[in-house]
Amino acid sequence: MKVHHPTTLDEALAAVEAGAVPLAGGTDLMVEVNFGHIRPDHVVGLRRIGELSSWEDRRIGAMVTWRTVETKGPKAYAEAARTVGSPQIRNAGTIGGNLGTASPAGDGHPFLAAVDAGVELVSRRGRRVLAWSDFFTGVKRTARQPEELITAVVLPERLPMRHAFGKVGVRNAMVIATVCAVVTRDEDGATTAAFGSVAPTPIRAPRAEEMISAEPKPTESALAEFQRLVSEEVQPITDHRSTEAYRRHAAGVLARRLLERCLR
Amino acid sequence: MIITFELNGAPASARVMAPVSLLDVLRDQLGLPGSKNVCEQGECGSCSVILDDEVVCSCLVMAGDIEGSTVVTVEGLGEGLNPVQEALHRAGAVQCGFCTPGIVVTATDLFTKRPRPDDDEIKEALAGNICRCTGYGAIVRALRGLAEVER
Ligand SMILES: Cc1cc2nc3c(=O)[nH]c(=O)nc-3n(C[C@H](O)[C@H](O)[C@H](O)COP(=O)(O)OP(=O)(O)OC[C@H]3O[C@@H](n4cnc5c(N)ncnc54)[C@H](O)[C@@H]3O)c2cc1C
Ligand code: FES
Ligand code: FES
Repeated sequence: MKVHHPTTLDEALAAVEAGAVPLAGGTDLMVEVNFGHIRPDHVVGLRRIGELSSWEDRRIGAMVTWRTVETKGPKAYAEAARTVGSPQIRNAGTIGGNLGTASPAGDGHPFLAAVDAGVELVSRRGRRVLAWSDFFTGVKRTARQPEELITAVVLPERLPMRHAFGKVGVRNAMVIATVCAVVTRDEDGATTAAFGSVAPTPIRAPRAEEMISAEPKPTESALAEFQRLVSEEVQPITDHRSTEAYRRHAAGVLARRLLERCLR
Repeated sequence: MIITFELNGAPASARVMAPVSLLDVLRDQLGLPGSKNVCEQGECGSCSVILDDEVVCSCLVMAGDIEGSTVVTVEGLGEGLNPVQEALHRAGAVQCGFCTPGIVVTATDLFTKRPRPDDDEIKEALAGNICRCTGYGAIVRALRGLAEVER
């Protein structure tokens, strides 16, 4: 068993290139270890790398915890953070680890999708920023190469004026989303709607977005149409947490409520 | 590999041969069975410790990664009963007691950072600590009483 404790990104990248498994807060990784699903014997802990924990303006370091996002993040991102696990999980769990796992139910993803954020990846060969939609490639699959680390989330220059996060689950605390979503609405009516847990990757609902963006003051019937289009556009499956039909319904209702919150 | 860190105010070290949790090392190697092993998946909070000033589930901390860190367990909260323990004891907030060490660690951290928490803050702080005896009423009453004394 070898665990590296680097204090610089360069040292960490060298370890990753040599095959070490990145370890952030451990709240996903150690569950896998404790269940006997994996047994990594070469690990690189990322906790001591200052650059990864820093938050400068639009660039949020991968090691920033949910606890920090909860206290100083943009509104909908902070709302999402507040629903992650429990205080213990939010103290340890990071945004980079959430992206590393890339669970379809990851609560951080809808915000990134709704505001068109990028994911910064660095290897010893260079640095690249992928659009969120290029980063997520499937259920727990991403475009990250084995020798790369996720180093930051990069927000757009300007965030939409209003944005809201919501999550449907079986209880309030400690729940994996049946559906989670972020809706944004700008001054000029431009609207985005992004969803988690209703497809292999986080997704947007472009037809619903286009329809409601053209409504400066959405009427009852426009809101109903928005809800209907969202239910149609999401691509959920039935699994142990919920059924396809319920997820479609819940996604539509949730999106409409979040939009109403943005319009208030 | 050998990991060195600060444990309950004193230097400590552990031999780590596998990706085991800090909880396992505390209980099996370092003779500190106060942190309880219940779910090993971060759901119950019985294993809560204070790692570098934040409460976390020690079952999800990889022991090999705590080199140079500071760890405080329920055994390290001071001689005798601290005010949180005293309050829980007086309110009869302990049934089987299995969740109690985790609750003591979490609540002690809360009162260190916010000496006069309101009910919502108390409940929110304890959202990750499950009491299978469902003794939440007495636990919250005990901590509310302590917050009132602090006021
Ligand atoms: C009880 C419990 C409740 C939870 N509730 C929620 C919830 O409500 N919502 C939610 O979204 N999630 C939840 N989670 C999952 C988890 O807490 C989050 O996904 C968290 O963000 C993971 O971050 P971490 O730092 O702990 O990642 P880790 O476990 O350290 O790492 C996760 C994965 O990402 C890789 N990785 C980590 N950092 C990097 C990096 N910088 N570059 C490349 N790869 C990296 C690791 O190798 C690993 O494969 C919960 C987990 C538990 C145990
Ligand atoms: S044993 Fe760690 S949270 Fe349950
Ligand atoms: S007192 Fe029994 S689990 Fe809480």
